[in-house]
Amino acid sequence: MTERTLLSVEDVSVELPTPRGNLRAVDRVDLTVGAGRTLGVVGESGCGKTMLSRAILQLLPKKAKLSGRVMFDGQDLLQLSPERLRRLRGRSLAVVFQDPMTSLNPVLTIGTQLIETLQEHLELDEATAKKRSVELLAAVGIPAPEQRLVQYPHQLSGGMRQRVAIAIALSCEPKLLIADEPTTALDVTIQAQILDLLAREQRRRHMAMILITHDLGVVAGRTDEVAVMYAGRVVERAPTPALFKKMRMPYTEALLAALPRIDAAPHTPLPAISGRPPDPTRPLQGCSFSPRCRYAVARCHAEKPALTEAESREHQFACFHPIEIHAGAGA
Amino acid sequence: MATLELTIDEGVAAEPAKRGRRLGLLFWVAIGWMTFMIAVAIFAPVLPLPSPTDMDMLERRAPFSAEHWLGTDGLGRDELSRLIYGARISLVVGLCAPVIGLTIGGALGMLAGYFRGRFESAVVGSMDVLLAFPPLILAMAVTAYLGQSILNLTLILGFLGVPAFMRVARAATLTLARREFVIAAQALGATHARILLRELLPNVALPLLAFFLLAVAVTIVVEGALSFLGLGVPPPISSWGSMIGEGRESLEVAPRLAFLPAAAMFLTVLSFNLVGDTLRALTDPRQGAL
Repeated sequence: MTERTLLSVEDVSVELPTPRGNLRAVDRVDLTVGAGRTLGVVGESGCGKTMLSRAILQLLPKKAKLSGRVMFDGQDLLQLSPERLRRLRGRSLAVVFQDPMTSLNPVLTIGTQLIETLQEHLELDEATAKKRSVELLAAVGIPAPEQRLVQYPHQLSGGMRQRVAIAIALSCEPKLLIADEPTTALDVTIQAQILDLLAREQRRRHMAMILITHDLGVVAGRTDEVAVMYAGRVVERAPTPALFKKMRMPYTEALLAALPRIDAAPHTPLPAISGRPPDPTRPLQGCSFSPRCRYAVARCHAEKPALTEAESREHQFACFHPIEIHAGAGA
Repeated sequence: MATLELTIDEGVAAEPAKRGRRLGLLFWVAIGWMTFMIAVAIFAPVLPLPSPTDMDMLERRAPFSAEHWLGTDGLGRDELSRLIYGARISLVVGLCAPVIGLTIGGALGMLAGYFRGRFESAVVGSMDVLLAFPPLILAMAVTAYLGQSILNLTLILGFLGVPAFMRVARAATLTLARREFVIAAQALGATHARILLRELLPNVALPLLAFFLLAVAVTIVVEGALSFLGLGVPPPISSWGSMIGEGRESLEVAPRLAFLPAAAMFLTVLSFNLVGDTLRALTDPRQGAL
């Protein structure tokens, strides 16, 4: 890869103590994101996507135990003092959350929230900060931005609120934006608009983005690389076109099969992945997907497959019986 | 285009019109009584009232007259003027003591709810100890050592209110601190102080304010009880509680001497409760919906 690596997550695990034992939310994950690139992280609910993003931001719950290294822009975030970490976060990192209902402060006006963030980080005076806020709101596609400044979050629709949240996240010109299921709580018609907005701003500002979602359709046209997570582990990782052309991991295939297809006949039953993800407090001996995998054999239940390379260095997967052909008849 | 959904609604500019919310006649009557009481108490020295401490032994327990609108008490002092000067004490203690509880309890509760961990356990534990201590005994012990004065009375009552305010603030902070806007603020590099003051305080302030008004009502009653028992303000200063206490002695001859201050206290406490409840009802569902 030619571009500079901005973020590298090296061998990161997150353990959460629960009354039933330690829960391994993230299990030895390695990922890299280049400056200005987009990484999609895909997986079903509870597979550790959000915990991974919190680990990158160093905003894990207090009791969580984090091991490994998170290198951002040449600095190990785990070694930084709280004060330097705080400064770095404000300048270089930003997040957009799933639910715009809770990600904005309900009792402060949009203007207050934007202007104060700008003043805090860019040390602008009130008038300049206000002008910048209006520009930002206009940039994220909010009409009549000046009138919005005096409104409260509950006076805006969900899509508008998410735009405001994106404007706040973009306000400090971050190098890396983490979008944690930014469209899950929104109407389908708004989803595409928000995703396009994120992609447009990402290109324009040349920032890196991690797009976390459970929807393979979302990452398809909008990311450079995709990592598929299952039960806290990355099970397949590839440049987006390569992944969709030739996926190797049965779980990725199952996820894709679970997407509704526009060309399917009406009333075609949607294939679901049967069973549930394994209990994260009781790790399985073998491949964590093996109980639900239709290709699984005895070895899959006994041994954990490691991430191995496929045709290229960029395409990695963790499976003993990778799918050989697209839409595969398995091994 | 990405702006399809966004039509500018016409009413945007003329938005801040929340006055339409129905508060009810009772609420405004209560507000009216509160303002009247507070105004009269503040302007007592400039009102054309006889002195509340001048005794007229020839006119003891005099009935209502043009000279003494509400008659005189057992020592021939003007009852109306004593009621109004008593309101000063009751209201000053009733308003100042909860302010102490609000600041100390509110700050402790927010810190405990935000930082959690050992600090929270220590705060909650010490508040439980304070709650378990019988308040009347504490008040008696403190006045016995430090003497009876308005300041001491206010301090004791304020101190006793700290645990309740701490609980309200902590409960509100606990739920709010998990909201994503707090994590978003942290991710944007906000300091703890900033998150507490700018993000959390405006949210916690609403339930705390509503609780404050209820605490004022309770404090007025408790002050009355202490004064009735002779542990409140020292004579000859009057407070509603001590007036009820003095009126008790002549209950058969002149029951109004006990009932007038009791009625004043009843109406004032009721007003504070009504306003506090209405405000709480206004803020609660909104908190839930957002």
